[in-house]
Amino acid sequence: MSAKTKDLRHPLKRARGLGSAQFGVSHWWTQRVTAVALIVLGLWFAILVLGLAHSDFATARAAVAKPWNAVLLIAFIVCMFWHAVLGLQVVIEDYVHTRWKEVFLLVAIKFLAVLSVLFCTLAVLRIALGA
Amino acid sequence: MADTRPLSPHLQIYKWQVQMVTSILHRATGIALAVGTLIVLWGLIALASGEDAFNQFKICMGSPIGMILMIGWTWSFFYHLCNGIRHLVQDAGAGYGIAQFVRSSWASILASIVLTLIVWGYVLSAGGAA
Repeated sequence: MSAKTKDLRHPLKRARGLGSAQFGVSHWWTQRVTAVALIVLGLWFAILVLGLAHSDFATARAAVAKPWNAVLLIAFIVCMFWHAVLGLQVVIEDYVHTRWKEVFLLVAIKFLAVLSVLFCTLAVLRIALGA
Repeated sequence: MADTRPLSPHLQIYKWQVQMVTSILHRATGIALAVGTLIVLWGLIALASGEDAFNQFKICMGSPIGMILMIGWTWSFFYHLCNGIRHLVQDAGAGYGIAQFVRSSWASILASIVLTLIVWGYVLSAGGAA
């Protein structure tokens, strides 16, 4: 307690709402919000891909280059990888019981997801901006 | 973790019922879709890289193995979507009666299969490889 003497908040105030995971309900809540976004964006993406299923390179590129499609595609990518990380995190926490492997995987999926989002976004922007 | 700790009863103890199938499938399809995100990544990078890269991507997706994987991902997508909506309804506090629970479980499974069949019916009837 001696290190905490300058903290004037009551210990209960610091703990309340955080739960055993220390993140409160933010993980659960973010998973639901991205899920709702993905209902709309996922269906939109499925329709976009279906429309392009048999099209050639130029048609596919032109479709992705349209401003609305480019913006929604980036939104879809961000939500998809975010939701995927939140889901995989729970799976890893549930089944990987060796602490260092668990931490390694938890960090690895976050790095992989962020890199993937950046790569996808750059790809969409290159197409949309005609680079 | 110590190996000597007692374990709670696991899957093999319980009688199979549809609610448990939907729960397990939700997680399984979620993992499958997380892997599938890499196909989206590949496709977009290929599309940005140029015609050769994109055609190579299309050839891989249109190959027998690619098509089988894509059908799997299509079903995973629709299942996770339908059952995800079901979970959101349940998170809102609705649909917790046992009869409703069983009915909505079957609805998720059937809807995902029907949607997959519609999509692949469309893709294959429109001609060419996916």
